Amino acid sequence: MAAVKATPKAEVTIKKDWCKGCGICVHYCPKGVLAMSENLKAEVKNPEECTGCGNCEIYCPDFAVSLRRIQ
Amino acid sequence: MLQINVENLRMQKLPHIWCPGCGNGIALSALTRAIDKLGYDHDEVAIVSGIGCSSRSPGYLNFNTLHTTHGRAIAFATGLKIFKPKMKVFIVTGDGDCTAIGGNHFIHAARRNIDLNVILFNNNIYGMTGGQASPMTPFGRTATTAPYGTVERNFDIMELAKAAGATFCGRATAAHPRLIESLIVKAAQNKGFSVVEAMLPCPIGFGRRNKLGGPVEMMKYLEENSVRVQKAQKMSEEELKGKFVIGEFYNKPAPEYIEEYDKIIAKLKK
Ligand SMILES: Cc1ncc(C[n+]2csc(CCOP(=O)(O)OP(=O)(O)O)c2C)c(N)n1
Ligand code: SF4
Ligand code: SF4
Ligand code: SF4
Repeated sequence: MAAVKATPKAEVTIKKDWCKGCGICVHYCPKGVLAMSENLKAEVKNPEECTGCGNCEIYCPDFAVSLRRIQ
Repeated sequence: MLQINVENLRMQKLPHIWCPGCGNGIALSALTRAIDKLGYDHDEVAIVSGIGCSSRSPGYLNFNTLHTTHGRAIAFATGLKIFKPKMKVFIVTGDGDCTAIGGNHFIHAARRNIDLNVILFNNNIYGMTGGQASPMTPFGRTATTAPYGTVERNFDIMELAKAAGATFCGRATAAHPRLIESLIVKAAQNKGFSVVEAMLPCPIGFGRRNKLGGPVEMMKYLEENSVRVQKAQKMSEEELKGKFVIGEFYNKPAPEYIEEYDKIIAKLKK
Protein backbone atom coordinates (compact mmCIF):
# COMPACT_ATOMS: atom_id res chain seq x y z
CA MET A 1 0.00 0.00 0.00
CA ALA A 2 1.33 3.44 -0.89
CA ALA A 3 2.14 5.74 1.99
CA VAL A 4 -0.90 7.82 2.91
CA LYS A 5 -0.11 11.49 2.37
CA ALA A 6 -1.15 13.91 5.06
CA THR A 7 -3.87 16.38 4.04
CA PRO A 8 -2.60 19.95 4.22
CA LYS A 9 -4.65 22.31 6.38
CA ALA A 10 -3.50 25.43 4.61
CA GLU A 11 -1.98 26.49 1.34
CA VAL A 12 1.14 28.56 1.82
CA THR A 13 2.52 30.92 -0.81
CA ILE A 14 5.68 33.01 -0.76
CA LYS A 15 5.77 36.40 -2.38
CA LYS A 16 9.23 36.03 -3.93
CA ASP A 17 9.63 39.74 -4.65
CA TRP A 18 9.23 40.62 -0.97
CA CYS A 19 11.17 37.70 0.54
CA LYS A 20 14.61 38.82 1.74
CA GLY A 21 15.84 35.31 2.47
CA CYS A 22 16.29 35.61 6.22
CA GLY A 23 15.29 31.97 6.85
CA ILE A 24 13.08 32.76 9.84
CA CYS A 25 9.97 31.08 8.37
CA VAL A 26 11.96 27.90 7.69
CA HIS A 27 13.16 27.85 11.31
CA TYR A 28 9.67 28.30 12.77
CA CYS A 29 7.82 25.84 10.52
CA PRO A 30 7.34 22.78 12.72
CA LYS A 31 6.69 20.51 9.73
CA GLY A 32 9.52 21.25 7.33
CA VAL A 33 7.11 22.59 4.73
CA LEU A 34 9.45 25.45 3.84
CA ALA A 35 13.08 25.49 2.73
CA MET A 36 15.55 28.00 1.35
CA SER A 37 16.08 27.80 -2.40
CA GLU A 38 19.43 28.12 -4.11
CA ASN A 39 18.78 31.76 -4.87
CA LEU A 40 18.22 32.39 -1.15
CA LYS A 41 14.46 32.80 -1.18
CA ALA A 42 12.02 30.78 0.87
CA GLU A 43 10.14 28.14 -1.09
CA VAL A 44 7.40 25.62 -0.41
CA LYS A 45 9.00 22.16 -0.38
CA ASN A 46 6.46 19.87 1.29
CA PRO A 47 3.05 21.51 0.94
CA GLU A 48 1.12 18.40 1.99
CA GLU A 49 2.69 18.52 5.47
CA CYS A 50 1.29 21.94 6.38
CA THR A 51 -0.84 21.88 9.54
CA GLY A 52 -1.94 25.49 9.17
CA CYS A 53 -0.27 26.42 12.48
CA GLY A 54 0.26 29.96 11.19
CA ASN A 55 3.86 30.41 12.34
CA CYS A 56 5.32 31.25 8.93
CA GLU A 57 2.87 34.10 8.34
CA ILE A 58 3.32 35.57 11.82
CA TYR A 59 7.13 35.29 12.00
CA CYS A 60 7.95 36.58 8.52
CA PRO A 61 9.32 40.12 9.03
CA ASP A 62 8.52 41.01 5.42
CA PHE A 63 4.84 40.08 5.01
CA ALA A 64 6.03 37.72 2.29
CA VAL A 65 4.21 34.60 3.48
CA SER A 66 0.54 34.12 2.90
CA LEU A 67 -1.72 31.32 4.11
CA ARG A 68 -5.08 30.25 2.79
CA ARG A 69 -7.25 27.73 4.63
CA ILE A 70 -8.09 24.55 2.76
CA GLN A 71 -11.56 23.30 3.58
CA MET B 1 -3.24 36.39 4.44
CA LEU B 2 -5.05 34.47 7.15
CA GLN B 3 -3.90 36.32 10.24
CA ILE B 4 -2.84 39.69 8.93
CA ASN B 5 -5.42 42.14 7.66
CA VAL B 6 -3.87 43.73 4.58
CA GLU B 7 -6.21 46.68 4.98
CA ASN B 8 -4.07 47.71 7.95
CA LEU B 9 -1.06 48.01 5.66
CA ARG B 10 -0.17 50.50 2.95
CA MET B 11 0.59 47.71 0.51
CA GLN B 12 1.84 50.16 -2.10
CA LYS B 13 4.68 51.14 0.30
CA LEU B 14 5.87 47.56 0.70
CA PRO B 15 8.35 45.88 0.64
CA HIS B 16 9.76 47.88 3.53
CA ILE B 17 13.30 49.25 3.72
CA TRP B 18 14.46 47.09 6.64
CA CYS B 19 17.38 44.67 6.33
CA PRO B 20 16.86 40.90 5.92
CA GLY B 21 15.81 39.41 9.26
CA CYS B 22 15.25 42.78 10.93
CA GLY B 23 12.87 42.25 13.85
CA ASN B 24 10.99 45.50 13.17
CA GLY B 25 8.75 43.69 10.67
CA ILE B 26 7.77 41.06 13.24
CA ALA B 27 6.72 43.69 15.77
CA LEU B 28 4.95 45.74 13.09
CA SER B 29 2.99 42.67 12.06
CA ALA B 30 2.06 42.02 15.71
CA LEU B 31 0.88 45.63 16.06
CA THR B 32 -1.43 45.32 13.04
CA ARG B 33 -2.90 42.09 14.42
CA ALA B 34 -3.41 43.63 17.87
CA ILE B 35 -5.27 46.63 16.40
CA ASP B 36 -7.42 44.20 14.44
CA LYS B 37 -8.24 42.23 17.60
CA LEU B 38 -9.17 45.46 19.37
CA GLY B 39 -11.69 46.11 16.61
CA TYR B 40 -10.84 49.78 16.19
CA ASP B 41 -11.86 51.69 13.08
CA HIS B 42 -9.01 52.91 10.93
CA ASP B 43 -10.02 56.52 11.54
CA GLU B 44 -9.79 56.30 15.32
CA VAL B 45 -6.23 54.95 15.40
CA ALA B 46 -3.09 57.08 15.28
CA ILE B 47 0.46 55.77 15.03
CA VAL B 48 3.17 58.20 16.09
CA SER B 49 6.91 57.67 15.77
CA GLY B 50 10.19 59.53 16.16
CA ILE B 51 13.25 58.89 14.00
CA GLY B 52 15.10 55.65 13.44
CA CYS B 53 14.69 52.41 11.50
CA SER B 54 11.84 51.40 13.80
CA SER B 55 10.27 54.84 13.49
CA ARG B 56 9.75 54.19 9.77
CA SER B 57 6.87 51.91 10.82
CA PRO B 58 3.97 54.40 10.46
CA GLY B 59 4.79 54.78 6.77
CA TYR B 60 3.64 51.20 6.23
CA LEU B 61 0.48 51.43 8.32
CA ASN B 62 -2.91 52.37 6.96
CA PHE B 63 -4.07 54.53 9.88
CA ASN B 64 -3.61 58.17 10.86
CA THR B 65 0.16 58.40 11.03
CA LEU B 66 2.69 60.90 12.30
CA HIS B 67 6.44 60.51 11.71
CA THR B 68 7.96 63.22 13.89
CA THR B 69 11.45 64.24 15.04
CA HIS B 70 14.05 62.24 16.94
CA GLY B 71 13.04 61.60 20.54
CA ARG B 72 9.83 63.61 20.35
CA ALA B 73 7.22 61.00 19.44
CA ILE B 74 5.74 61.05 22.94
CA ALA B 75 5.61 64.86 22.98
CA PHE B 76 3.71 64.96 19.65
CA ALA B 77 1.49 62.08 20.80
CA THR B 78 0.67 63.95 24.01
CA GLY B 79 -0.51 66.96 22.03
CA LEU B 80 -2.54 64.77 19.71
CA LYS B 81 -4.17 62.86 22.57
CA ILE B 82 -5.12 66.04 24.45
CA PHE B 83 -6.63 67.55 21.31
CA LYS B 84 -8.39 64.32 20.29
CA PRO B 85 -8.88 62.25 23.45
CA LYS B 86 -10.91 59.57 21.65
CA MET B 87 -8.01 58.73 19.35
CA LYS B 88 -6.29 55.42 20.15
CA VAL B 89 -2.64 56.40 20.07
CA PHE B 90 0.22 53.95 19.54
CA ILE B 91 3.79 55.22 19.65
CA VAL B 92 6.46 53.26 17.79
CA THR B 93 9.87 54.26 19.08
CA GLY B 94 13.40 52.83 19.13
CA ASP B 95 15.50 52.32 22.24
CA GLY B 96 17.58 55.36 21.29
CA ASP B 97 14.57 57.47 20.36
CA CYS B 98 12.70 56.57 23.55
CA THR B 99 15.35 56.29 26.25
CA ALA B 100 18.22 58.55 25.12
CA ILE B 101 17.10 61.77 23.40
CA GLY B 102 13.45 61.10 24.34
CA GLY B 103 14.05 59.83 27.87
CA ASN B 104 12.57 62.81 29.66
CA HIS B 105 9.40 62.78 27.58
CA PHE B 106 9.07 59.12 28.47
CA ILE B 107 9.35 59.45 32.23
CA HIS B 108 7.06 62.44 32.43
CA ALA B 109 4.38 60.91 30.22
CA ALA B 110 4.55 57.87 32.52
CA ARG B 111 4.33 60.09 35.59
CA ARG B 112 1.23 61.81 34.18
CA ASN B 113 -0.29 58.44 33.28
CA ILE B 114 -1.61 59.88 30.03
CA ASP B 115 -3.50 57.31 27.95
CA LEU B 116 -0.82 56.49 25.37
CA ASN B 117 0.62 53.17 24.27
CA VAL B 118 4.36 53.03 23.78
CA ILE B 119 5.58 50.11 21.68
CA LEU B 120 9.31 50.19 22.24
CA PHE B 121 11.18 48.45 19.42
CA ASN B 122 14.29 47.54 21.41
CA ASN B 123 17.10 46.33 19.17
CA ASN B 124 19.77 47.39 21.70
CA ILE B 125 21.41 49.86 19.30
CA TYR B 126 21.05 52.95 17.11
CA GLY B 127 20.28 51.02 13.95
CA MET B 128 19.64 53.80 11.47
CA THR B 129 22.85 55.71 12.10
CA GLY B 130 25.12 52.68 11.90
CA GLY B 131 25.36 51.06 15.32
CA GLN B 132 26.13 53.53 18.10
CA ALA B 133 25.43 52.38 21.68
CA SER B 134 22.08 53.35 23.18
CA PRO B 135 21.04 53.42 26.84
CA MET B 136 19.67 49.92 26.21
CA THR B 137 22.82 48.38 24.78
CA PRO B 138 23.59 45.64 27.29
CA PHE B 139 26.66 46.18 29.47
CA GLY B 140 29.76 44.83 27.72
CA ARG B 141 28.28 44.72 24.21
CA THR B 142 30.15 46.27 21.33
CA ALA B 143 29.00 49.29 19.30
CA THR B 144 30.74 51.78 17.00
CA THR B 145 30.91 54.12 20.00
CA ALA B 146 32.00 51.27 22.30
CA PRO B 147 34.53 49.26 20.28
CA TYR B 148 35.80 47.47 23.40
CA GLY B 149 32.37 46.90 24.89
CA THR B 150 30.19 49.47 26.61
CA VAL B 151 31.03 50.24 30.22
CA GLU B 152 27.61 51.80 30.78
CA ARG B 153 24.86 49.81 32.44
CA ASN B 154 21.68 49.54 30.42
CA PHE B 155 18.21 50.64 31.41
CA ASP B 156 15.66 48.02 32.34
CA ILE B 157 12.69 49.78 30.76
CA MET B 158 10.13 47.74 32.71
CA GLU B 159 11.62 48.94 36.01
CA LEU B 160 12.03 52.48 34.72
CA ALA B 161 8.46 52.69 33.39
CA LYS B 162 6.94 51.30 36.54
CA ALA B 163 9.00 53.57 38.81
CA ALA B 164 8.05 56.60 36.71
CA GLY B 165 4.33 55.83 36.98
CA ALA B 166 3.30 53.74 33.95
CA THR B 167 0.20 51.67 34.68
CA PHE B 168 0.77 48.82 32.21
CA CYS B 169 4.17 47.27 31.44
CA GLY B 170 5.00 44.14 29.48
CA ARG B 171 7.89 42.67 27.53
CA ALA B 172 8.18 40.13 24.75
CA THR B 173 10.69 39.27 22.04
CA ALA B 174 10.54 38.72 18.29
CA ALA B 175 10.65 35.01 19.09
CA HIS B 176 7.29 35.46 20.85
CA PRO B 177 5.23 37.42 18.31
CA ARG B 178 1.89 36.26 19.71
CA LEU B 179 2.92 37.60 23.12
CA ILE B 180 3.85 40.97 21.59
CA GLU B 181 0.37 41.02 20.07
CA SER B 182 -1.49 40.12 23.28
CA LEU B 183 0.53 42.62 25.33
CA ILE B 184 -0.35 45.39 22.86
CA VAL B 185 -4.02 44.46 23.19
CA LYS B 186 -3.79 44.73 26.99
CA ALA B 187 -1.79 47.94 26.76
CA ALA B 188 -4.51 49.51 24.63
CA GLN B 189 -7.20 48.34 27.03
CA ASN B 190 -5.43 50.07 29.92
CA LYS B 191 -6.68 53.61 30.36
CA GLY B 192 -3.33 55.16 31.14
CA PHE B 193 0.31 55.10 30.10
CA SER B 194 1.26 51.66 28.80
CA VAL B 195 4.63 50.33 27.74
CA VAL B 196 5.27 47.22 25.67
CA GLU B 197 8.90 46.42 25.07
CA ALA B 198 9.57 44.22 22.04
CA MET B 199 13.13 42.87 22.03
CA LEU B 200 14.09 42.59 18.37
CA PRO B 201 17.07 41.40 16.39
CA CYS B 202 19.05 43.98 14.44
CA PRO B 203 21.32 41.58 12.58
CA ILE B 204 23.15 44.38 10.78
CA GLY B 205 23.73 47.15 13.32
CA PHE B 206 24.02 45.01 16.46
CA GLY B 207 24.30 41.30 15.69
CA ARG B 208 27.15 41.44 13.21
CA ARG B 209 29.41 43.55 15.40
CA ASN B 210 28.69 41.36 18.43
CA LYS B 211 29.15 38.11 16.47
CA LEU B 212 25.64 36.94 17.27
CA GLY B 213 25.16 35.20 13.92
CA GLY B 214 22.45 35.80 11.35
CA PRO B 215 18.71 36.40 11.79
CA VAL B 216 17.88 32.79 12.73
CA GLU B 217 20.68 32.60 15.31
CA MET B 218 19.54 35.88 16.84
CA MET B 219 15.97 34.62 17.03
CA LYS B 220 17.18 31.41 18.70
CA TYR B 221 19.15 33.46 21.19
CA LEU B 222 16.02 35.41 22.16
CA GLU B 223 14.03 32.20 22.33
CA GLU B 224 16.51 30.29 24.47
CA ASN B 225 17.23 33.06 26.96
CA SER B 226 13.69 34.19 27.67
CA VAL B 227 11.97 33.32 30.92
CA ARG B 228 8.30 33.98 31.69
CA VAL B 229 7.60 36.37 34.58
CA GLN B 230 5.83 33.67 36.60
CA LYS B 231 8.81 31.34 36.34
CA ALA B 232 11.34 34.10 36.96
CA GLN B 233 9.72 34.86 40.31
CA LYS B 234 10.85 31.43 41.51
CA MET B 235 14.41 31.82 40.22
CA SER B 236 17.45 33.25 42.00
CA GLU B 237 19.36 36.30 40.78
CA GLU B 238 22.18 33.95 39.80
CA GLU B 239 19.86 31.77 37.70
CA LEU B 240 18.43 34.85 35.98
CA LYS B 241 21.82 36.17 34.85
CA GLY B 242 21.80 36.75 31.10
CA LYS B 243 18.09 35.92 30.84
CA PHE B 244 15.28 38.17 29.59
CA VAL B 245 12.13 38.12 31.64
CA ILE B 246 9.05 38.31 29.42
CA GLY B 247 5.31 38.65 29.99
CA GLU B 248 3.06 41.09 31.81
CA PHE B 249 5.03 42.94 34.50
CA TYR B 250 2.57 45.43 35.87
CA ASN B 251 -1.09 46.34 35.35
CA LYS B 252 -2.64 48.61 37.93
CA PRO B 253 -4.93 51.54 37.16
CA ALA B 254 -4.28 55.07 38.46
CA PRO B 255 -5.86 58.48 37.72
CA GLU B 256 -5.42 59.31 34.05
CA TYR B 257 -4.12 62.73 32.99
CA ILE B 258 -6.81 63.82 30.51
CA GLU B 259 -9.66 62.63 32.71
CA GLU B 260 -8.26 64.58 35.65
CA TYR B 261 -7.79 67.64 33.48
CA ASP B 262 -11.39 67.38 32.26
CA LYS B 263 -12.62 67.22 35.84
CA ILE B 264 -10.93 70.55 36.58
CA ILE B 265 -12.44 72.11 33.45
CA ALA B 266 -15.90 70.80 34.37
CA LYS B 267 -15.54 72.12 37.91
CA LEU B 268 -14.49 75.59 36.77
CA LYS B 269 -17.36 75.77 34.27
CA LYS B 270 -19.96 75.27 36.96
C1 LIG C 1 17.94 65.65 16.84
C2 LIG C 1 18.57 64.49 16.14
N1 LIG C 1 19.69 63.95 16.64
C3 LIG C 1 20.28 62.90 16.05
C4 LIG C 1 19.71 62.35 14.92
C5 LIG C 1 20.37 61.18 14.24
N2 LIG C 1 19.68 59.92 14.47
C6 LIG C 1 18.79 59.43 13.60
S1 LIG C 1 18.16 57.97 14.05
C7 LIG C 1 19.10 57.96 15.46
C8 LIG C 1 19.06 56.81 16.43
C9 LIG C 1 18.17 55.71 16.06
O1 LIG C 1 18.22 54.69 17.02
P1 LIG C 1 16.91 54.09 17.66
O2 LIG C 1 16.03 55.16 18.15
O3 LIG C 1 17.33 53.07 18.66
O4 LIG C 1 16.17 53.43 16.42
P2 LIG C 1 16.60 52.26 15.42
O5 LIG C 1 17.16 52.92 14.21
O6 LIG C 1 17.57 51.38 16.11
O7 LIG C 1 15.31 51.57 15.14
C10 LIG C 1 19.89 59.11 15.56
C11 LIG C 1 20.83 59.37 16.65
C12 LIG C 1 18.53 62.94 14.43
N3 LIG C 1 17.90 62.43 13.36
N4 LIG C 1 17.98 63.98 15.05
S1 SF4 D 1 1.33 27.10 8.59
FE1 SF4 D 1 2.75 26.09 10.02
S2 SF4 D 1 3.05 24.08 9.13
FE2 SF4 D 1 2.15 25.33 7.49
S3 SF4 D 1 3.93 26.11 6.37
FE3 SF4 D 1 3.38 27.63 7.91
S4 SF4 D 1 4.68 27.17 9.66
FE4 SF4 D 1 4.69 25.36 8.33
S1 SF4 E 1 10.63 34.79 6.85
FE1 SF4 E 1 9.83 35.94 5.08
S2 SF4 E 1 11.57 37.13 4.31
FE2 SF4 E 1 12.39 35.53 5.68
S3 SF4 E 1 12.88 33.81 4.31
FE3 SF4 E 1 10.79 33.46 5.04
S4 SF4 E 1 9.48 34.42 3.49
FE4 SF4 E 1 11.54 35.20 3.17
S1 SF4 F 1 20.04 48.50 10.74
FE1 SF4 F 1 19.13 47.06 12.17
S2 SF4 F 1 17.21 48.02 12.84
FE2 SF4 F 1 17.89 49.08 10.96
S3 SF4 F 1 16.81 48.01 9.30
FE3 SF4 F 1 18.82 47.06 9.52
S4 SF4 F 1 18.52 45.34 10.90
FE4 SF4 F 1 16.75 46.69 11.11
